[in-house]
Amino acid sequence: MTQTSHSAPELGFMGLLRWAWRQLTSMKIALILLMMLGVAAIPGSLFPQRSQNPQKVDQYFTSYPTLSKWMDHLHFFSVYSSPWFSAIYLLLFISLIGCVLPRTFHHLKAIGQKPPLTPRNLDRMEGHRVVSASSVDAIAKSEIWLKKNRFRVRSDGDAISAEKGYSRETGNLMFHLSLILILVGVGMGGLFGMKGEAILNVGERFINTPTSYDNISYGKFQSQGSLVPFSLSVTDFKATYDPITQQPSNYVLTTMVSNPIGTPAKPVTIQVNHPLTFGSTKIYLQANGYSPVVTVRDASGSITFRGPTTFLPQDADLSSLGAIKVPDMKPQIGFIASFLPTASSSPTRGIFSSYPEVLDPRLVLSAWSGNLGLDSGNPQSVYSLNTSQMKKIGLKALTLGSTYNFGAGSITFDGWKPWVNLQIVDDPGKIYAFLGAICAILGLLMSLFTRQRRIWVRVGDRVEIAGLAKNGIPGLEEELTLLQKKLEEQ
Amino acid sequence: MSSTSFSYFSNDAIYASLAIFTIAFIAHTFEVAWSVKNVEGVSATTFDFEKTDRVGRIGTAMMILGFTLLIVADTTRGLSAHRVPWGNMYEFSITGALMLTGAYLFSLAKYKLRWLGLPVSISVLLTLGTAITVLYRPSAPLVPALKSPWLAIHVLAAIISGGVFLVANLVAATYLLMDRFELKGGRPQWALKIPSLEALDQLSYRLVAFVFPLWTFAVIAGAIWAESAWGKYWSWDPKETWAFITWVAYAAYLHARITVGWRGRRAAWLCIFAGSTFLFNYIYVNIWGTGLHTYSGL
Ligand code: HEM
Repeated sequence: MTQTSHSAPELGFMGLLRWAWRQLTSMKIALILLMMLGVAAIPGSLFPQRSQNPQKVDQYFTSYPTLSKWMDHLHFFSVYSSPWFSAIYLLLFISLIGCVLPRTFHHLKAIGQKPPLTPRNLDRMEGHRVVSASSVDAIAKSEIWLKKNRFRVRSDGDAISAEKGYSRETGNLMFHLSLILILVGVGMGGLFGMKGEAILNVGERFINTPTSYDNISYGKFQSQGSLVPFSLSVTDFKATYDPITQQPSNYVLTTMVSNPIGTPAKPVTIQVNHPLTFGSTKIYLQANGYSPVVTVRDASGSITFRGPTTFLPQDADLSSLGAIKVPDMKPQIGFIASFLPTASSSPTRGIFSSYPEVLDPRLVLSAWSGNLGLDSGNPQSVYSLNTSQMKKIGLKALTLGSTYNFGAGSITFDGWKPWVNLQIVDDPGKIYAFLGAICAILGLLMSLFTRQRRIWVRVGDRVEIAGLAKNGIPGLEEELTLLQKKLEEQ
Repeated sequence: MSSTSFSYFSNDAIYASLAIFTIAFIAHTFEVAWSVKNVEGVSATTFDFEKTDRVGRIGTAMMILGFTLLIVADTTRGLSAHRVPWGNMYEFSITGALMLTGAYLFSLAKYKLRWLGLPVSISVLLTLGTAITVLYRPSAPLVPALKSPWLAIHVLAAIISGGVFLVANLVAATYLLMDRFELKGGRPQWALKIPSLEALDQLSYRLVAFVFPLWTFAVIAGAIWAESAWGKYWSWDPKETWAFITWVAYAAYLHARITVGWRGRRAAWLCIFAGSTFLFNYIYVNIWGTGLHTYSGL
């Protein structure tokens, strides 16, 4: 039997395939693959990952340029979508399917069948004992007792073979099949899902079309036409903070939602942990910050820019950084600014924000004049100013309502608006992954807490009983003793 | 009582439990030490089982008292913040110490495991000591992402699993130690009351098989929560990754035992390895790691 596996090359191509399949679906390889999957997951937790923290990856590149290049070639910054990681889990699940499906068919057949024949020599089995009972009714008595205890019984005249605990294998198969279902669900999410983000100031309206997003990505097989046709207006956003720890304690986003667009809008609140749901599409409140509102006028006093600009929070007290660009002035004007919701100052830190809520706001800005570089064709971040063709013309900290005159014009700090970042996700596979997870736990419980065992009775010159417990699980001896007592009582 | 007085009361209970666990530790040390001393004494027949037994009982009594104090400390901490007491790493640690003591007392009632008292009391003292000195944070409300019923379910399942994994590790380590002694010609006197190698081997397996489904549940509950809080049920954040690695390591352990038939030394090492991945997650990822799970408050 084992020799065939050594002479694999002589089996021809099909034979080789069959041999490879047998190897792949062997328990040993499955275990090795399982361990490999665990080990392969480690680098992703030690090195920054593009999918989670692209800035950190960039930092890594600046700190260790050569090393990073090599690591990048080996996919160390995108471990979980790397070819080697995918190869391991695909092989593992092929192995799982190859092993579990035949076992499932075998088990389904076995459920309908009687237990196997009683072995010839019971004295080699566990807990073998000779019972001092009359051989006349031992079989009948055993059968009654075994059936009462929910064993499946096979009676062959002078011998009984009984088995209990099939649900162990049922649970085991259910568990392993559920793992396949989880993988199918995960795969579907990747192939048919969609994920996008949009930043909205309070007062703005979002219409769910691809152009409304700041960024959006689709699964390989997801067409663009299938977005849920809703629209959402942000009416209010309220952040509450714990005054002692200054940590956020609650975020409430109030919106008016129409689905489909054009139907009467309904008020909906969205909170962290309480996304808005349309079927398999969910809308999450993911981040928030402040957009200072300013008015920029040229030297003649006419308005060249007015409105909120989204700033990015830099710390827990929501000091926020951003760039205000005014392309419609000659020369063009830009501001690098930081918005401080509650301004404080100290000799060491200068001016900074000491509380995340807006209590005493300050807009600290430096004004630049020259060419904003917006026409160069290279996409530019909205949060930073390209100052390579600009000259700094001034610096000022504005309180609410005050105006700074920078010569070529003026800027007035009118107010602020909170902004929220909505994450919109469609994952049609997640329900399958969820079902798989539930079944996996049920199967696991069934399998780990069922004792599977056989009991035999043979009547010849003497009455013998014996048993066999799968994996040597305890309890068989006690059960045999109960049966023995039953048979020995008059 | 007001929130702050609850929180002070909780701290006092932690200090009190530190004292009690120290007594438990000393009692269990004497239990072992006296047996050792008797071996070196003139005659083995003077071995005083009664005396060591008495001090062992004191140890157990102190463990029960310490457990009760931890329940009080944990409950009042929760009351002070109006929520479940596992919202940052300090609270996670004191609840973890509670679960570890609980797992030990449960096994003690079921399997007569008093010999584990020494390693368990050391572990609890280390955990609580680190918690109150390094990890301590004032009682405070939760950040929005943690405001969910899943906090209670997911974290509690994880803490209980962790407590039992640790006990299983201690049992497996004891197995390896006893195995060493027996290879070198026999156990020393103090180790005679520790169960047979076979019993230790079975026990560590039973503990793992008992909590593996709970750990599976903890991971899945985490995924369900992540889905409602972050919009993605699995994002390979370091905490998730290591939870997965722990899960895979214990699954490998169960396979090695059930399907390949590993027993004894190899199984014990694999068990300890799997438990170490849990500890690594708790210590490394909480303190030095980054990612979405940064609620340790450090
Ligand atoms: C090709 C891959 C696999 C094969 C062939 C396989 C096969 C088996 C077999 C034969 C058992 C023993 C059940 C028994 O007799 O009681 C078992 C148990 C188990 N398997 Fe797997 N398995 C595979 C993959 C996995 C994977 C990927 C996991 C999860 C990480 C897993 C988790 C478990 C667990 C937890 C048990 C213990 C449950 C029990 O006692 O039945 N298996 N597996």
